[in-house]
Amino acid sequence: MDNAVTAKKKWWNGGHSPFSVSYGKLMMWYFLISDAFTFGALLIAYGTQRFMAEAWPDPNVVFHSFPFMGHTNLPLVFVSLMTFILIMSSVTMVLAVNAGHYMDRKAVIKWLSLTIVGGIMFLGCQAWEWTHLHEVGAWWGRNPFVNADGSAALSTNFTDFFFTITGFHGLHVTSGVVLNCIVLINVIKGTYEHRGHYEMVEKVGLYWHFVDLVWVFVFTCFYLL
Amino acid sequence: MAHTSNANDRQAAIKSIWKTFWILLIVTMVEVGLAFLHLYTGFPGKLLLNSIFIGLTIVKAFFIVAEFMHLGHEVRNLIMTVLFPLLLFVWFIIAFLADGDSWKNMRKDLSPGTPVKKEAPAHAPAHH
Repeated sequence: MDNAVTAKKKWWNGGHSPFSVSYGKLMMWYFLISDAFTFGALLIAYGTQRFMAEAWPDPNVVFHSFPFMGHTNLPLVFVSLMTFILIMSSVTMVLAVNAGHYMDRKAVIKWLSLTIVGGIMFLGCQAWEWTHLHEVGAWWGRNPFVNADGSAALSTNFTDFFFTITGFHGLHVTSGVVLNCIVLINVIKGTYEHRGHYEMVEKVGLYWHFVDLVWVFVFTCFYLL
Repeated sequence: MAHTSNANDRQAAIKSIWKTFWILLIVTMVEVGLAFLHLYTGFPGKLLLNSIFIGLTIVKAFFIVAEFMHLGHEVRNLIMTVLFPLLLFVWFIIAFLADGDSWKNMRKDLSPGTPVKKEAPAHAPAHH
């Protein structure tokens, strides 16, 4: 790949990609920009509702449970574990991409498999969290949490946005796991070995990191702020 | 790319991946630690705390996009193509959050039982 950019190089005169990446990778970037706006719109709508509300539940009170720990008060701990799992799966994905650069099929299989395991673990955590919140009475249209100032909930905006946004993110994780599985099957079959490059791993990698990136913002907006 | 690189390059790349991992992990731990500190001591104050959280979130986003997504190593044209449209978010966030805040104030002022303010609107003649 021609990365040596000189001042005289005419990027827009044709003959080569002005972005110095393949068509497929560029289109993945464009898709991710549009997806960023979708998530951005959802999060900003949530922020608007929160600024409109006179009182809002305290995340440290709402999210304080951990599996098998009963009623022990552990604010933020479980969601920190979920964040760690997702960061870890991002690392294994970038290691798979790196192995692909060196045509190391065995290493790609190892790291991509671990990425899928991480994705499934994250989804399992999210399923537990949703089940737990549903048990304490939270769902779309139902908000059992008192506000941080002690007043009763006036609207269901908090739970509506929580389930919609984490659900939309979970849907992205799910499709990421499916894409990773498809690519893993192709790696095992030797499709990319035959093709001569592992660029498809890079493309699903971009998507996977984006899912991690969105989680960073969801984590801040719902659990920290 | 692949053909010209050697084992040393590969090790260096793997090392930088793990370095990014530690940065992301430590930043997240600092965030959670600050949340606990606030929970038990009330320090730092809510406004300062939230500003720190947003700042650290942007730090994490930078490392994910620049290192994991490799954008920091792409050509300038691609970096600008990706980042420039995102500037819309600056307007988007300011406008919508301000709008939400203004709604809250309007509802507070107009809710039943709220004493009607005595001042006359600026365009109408004042009655004293």
